[in-house]
Amino acid sequence: MLPQIAFLILAATTLVSAVLVITQRNPVHCVIWLVVTLFSVGGIYLMVHAEFLFAVQVILYVGGIMVLFLFVVMLVNLDVAAKQAQFRRKWQLALFTAVVLLGELSYGLVRGKQGLSLTAAPAVATSEGNTQAVGRALYQTYMLPVEIASILLLVAMVGAVIMAKRKLE
Amino acid sequence: MTIPVYWYLLLGTGLFSVGVIGVLTRRNVIIILMSIELILNAVNINLVAFSQLFNTVNGQAFAIFVITDAAAEAAVGLGLIIALFRNKETVNADEIDLLKW
Repeated sequence: MLPQIAFLILAATTLVSAVLVITQRNPVHCVIWLVVTLFSVGGIYLMVHAEFLFAVQVILYVGGIMVLFLFVVMLVNLDVAAKQAQFRRKWQLALFTAVVLLGELSYGLVRGKQGLSLTAAPAVATSEGNTQAVGRALYQTYMLPVEIASILLLVAMVGAVIMAKRKLE
Repeated sequence: MTIPVYWYLLLGTGLFSVGVIGVLTRRNVIIILMSIELILNAVNINLVAFSQLFNTVNGQAFAIFVITDAAAEAAVGLGLIIALFRNKETVNADEIDLLKW
């Protein structure tokens, strides 16, 4: 009973704060609500026993990416933009399309939920925790994607610096 | 009764649709980028739900790569926004129309 209540609270927090992210007028409020959303998504990770991913989410996503967003929101002067129209002119069409998408996906999930009750693999009774298991997977099975991700981050760093610096005289 | 997998998938679907609405509806480019982060988090919820169903860590490792990719994309996108604002003094998506006919 208690896991269901916890999941429902976390899911409600996630969805409500996500809706508030896309509807607020002030961009700083949107960033704050996105921080709340990311924390509750981290709570979902804790519910599926993914503790390392929860730590990565909080440190990287909330502590890194959201701080970056806040810096850019402060750099870009948005006082003028906050007084203008916030939504596109034909927002009803976009809303209808996205609701149709949501309806399709939910219908497919609810109709096909018997196919998802696969026999769960037996819990491997290892003594290592989640962090050790993820670390072992990252360093043994997924070594090449880790290297490629590091090259991607290097390229992104160089690109961001080049794009944000002023032109050389 | 533990939590069935499709509850997580429904939550991921809802978060994904909220992100899609944000991308399609808002004019401010920074909020469009934040809605893309919502979409990536919905994908991560799907991945870890299936990782729990099959009792492996492959889904969680992939989710770490998705978070890494989101960080790189946010950095590059925000650099683009800074350069754009320096040239055109606007962050509204429909005022960036120099290439329109």
